[in-house]
Amino acid sequence: MTPPDFAFYLFAVLVVAAGLFTVIARNPVHSVLWLILAFLSSAGLFVLMGAEFVAMLLIIVYVGAVAVLFLFVVMMLDVDFTSLKAEMTKYMPIALLIGVVILMQLGIVFGVWQTSDIAADNVAAATERFGGASNTQAIGQLIYDDYLLLFQLAGLILLVAMIGAIVLTLRHRTDVKRQNVVSQIMRDPKASMALKDVKSGQGLQ
Amino acid sequence: MSSADFSVLMPQIVLAIYAMGGLLFAVYTGKDKVAPLLLWLTTALFVLVAFWIGVSGGDSTTAFGGLFVADAFSRFASVTILLSAAAVLLMSEGYMARRDLLRFEYPLLVVLAVVGMTVMVSAGDLMTLYMGLELQSLALYVVASLRRDSAKSTEAGLKYFVLGALSSGLLLYGASLTYGYAGTTLFSGIVAAAGEGSASLGLLFGLVFIAAGLAFKVSAAPFHMWTPDVYEGAPTPITAFFATAPKVAAICLLARVVHDAFGGVTSDWQQVVAALSVASMFLGAVAAIGQSDIKRLMAYSSINHIGFALMGLSAGTAFGVQAMLVYMAIYVVMNIGTFAFILSMERDGKPVTHIQALSLFSRNDMTRAVAMLVLMFSMAGVPPFVGFFGKYYVLSAAVDAGLGWLAVLGVIASVIAAFYYLKIVYLIFFGPEGEELETTRSPVLWGMLMASALIMVVGVINLFGIEGPAAMAAQSLVQ
Repeated sequence: MTPPDFAFYLFAVLVVAAGLFTVIARNPVHSVLWLILAFLSSAGLFVLMGAEFVAMLLIIVYVGAVAVLFLFVVMMLDVDFTSLKAEMTKYMPIALLIGVVILMQLGIVFGVWQTSDIAADNVAAATERFGGASNTQAIGQLIYDDYLLLFQLAGLILLVAMIGAIVLTLRHRTDVKRQNVVSQIMRDPKASMALKDVKSGQGLQ
Repeated sequence: MSSADFSVLMPQIVLAIYAMGGLLFAVYTGKDKVAPLLLWLTTALFVLVAFWIGVSGGDSTTAFGGLFVADAFSRFASVTILLSAAAVLLMSEGYMARRDLLRFEYPLLVVLAVVGMTVMVSAGDLMTLYMGLELQSLALYVVASLRRDSAKSTEAGLKYFVLGALSSGLLLYGASLTYGYAGTTLFSGIVAAAGEGSASLGLLFGLVFIAAGLAFKVSAAPFHMWTPDVYEGAPTPITAFFATAPKVAAICLLARVVHDAFGGVTSDWQQVVAALSVASMFLGAVAAIGQSDIKRLMAYSSINHIGFALMGLSAGTAFGVQAMLVYMAIYVVMNIGTFAFILSMERDGKPVTHIQALSLFSRNDMTRAVAMLVLMFSMAGVPPFVGFFGKYYVLSAAVDAGLGWLAVLGVIASVIAAFYYLKIVYLIFFGPEGEELETTRSPVLWGMLMASALIMVVGVINLFGIEGPAAMAAQSLVQ
């Protein structure tokens, strides 16, 4: 086994194991930590494939931002995960059965897997176009030129997600007093306060 | 990438820019106060764009290196989607406004969903397919839970979201297996890699996973379980929307995938589609019998109808696709009429969805009762009405393709399904005495109901000439 082979199997096993523990970990914070391990291992797999830019993106964006955000959300949300888990164990046997059946079928497919005769040519043609261009250049070419349509559609999807989050959660409450900056600035001392000279022993009427 | 690419996509670009502009306009002006205006504008825009797409003829063109295909098939599907979305939007105004649901985002989310649907029916690549599908689905998840104070509506949205995400996962898994087999995600590349004859095991697995993912979206049995709950929980106008445009988009997408990407291995996907068809027809027919909520009943009815449309697709011929398109067009018109009636059902200002409420409705309003009778007979496929011709089309497509057994099963399922359509008619005309049902005096709903019923009667002459465009659309898909 050559070192790259060894690295591949190491990362592959780590991804699968981390994924499994993300789902079954008792403590949700541990789940997120396992998820981070899964991201890191897949970044390792990307490096092995020569896609160093994607690997770094995965670490910076997913591990650095998304997963840490998850961690905060999980810590702050008061969700009773144990009751959810209890519900899940009820269906565990049937889910396991289906999972095992699908896994066996996929194993059978893996045994006799064959690609199309022209698949290798197709894959080679996709990378050949870029010649010796670096990863970053090639991705730029793909995202902003060849797949511009898909990139823009992804933008629309994010827009929908944003609208959706606002529509479903924003509430305009009318029973709260809000700060009105203009009326604060325009407030006139003459209209809002009066100076009275209080004579001693008499008080105000 | 050139200006020619963008001009092919012009309708989608116009719709997307309108959605963004409308959003800014509403946010900086009256917010929800401009919602009715936006709704009417959106309806007008849909009709205009449908007209624009409809008259723009021309050969099949591809844009962005094959990612996007504009041909007669995508034009037929887009026009159906746009017109049905326009009709449903128009019907929804009164209902949403009375229940304080008319947010300005609602018409704009529908626009974005429609953009996704038109992209779906024009997809020329597995990635475009997924992007269109997600754009559509995400917008639909949001509108399903629009009534956020109601536990049922929120549950509907969440259920739809979780199961939709699961189906997207299946679809993506299938797409990756297909890519692993073919080395490309372009439909034209996959069909070249697959060759003729029977598919190799790898491709077959990809096909089955993709078909399962798409069957979720068309709610074909056995991937239908979300449908009744979502239909019941979502606000009724949203249910009407779910039952029309997204179904057309998803089934047309399925047709495009199996013909464009898996066109060489017809015999393999035929079995899958035929199995989905039989399961949907029978489940839709049998499970609807016990329903007492008319929205749940319509959910099962839609599963049943999707089964028939899939029967047309499973023929694997151009005529089969034509039958499917005609069937879906008729189905959409019938559904718009029926939902126009359901939307107007109320008692003491509250919407009613229990079918017992329909009891002796004919004494109340004979015109509407007769219109409902026509629509129900048409849904059941009783001969003088247009619905019969839709069923006749798909059955003859199946028989022509040598799937006689499928046609026989279809007839049996249609007889079973006729039971609950006739039950509604029975209740309307001869039901037991009960509390009287009131109806909203909305000219839009009345007009839609009458127009739909009239189409079901007058359409028998020549089906309003949709056979010609449908045949052209089918020809462009199946070479």
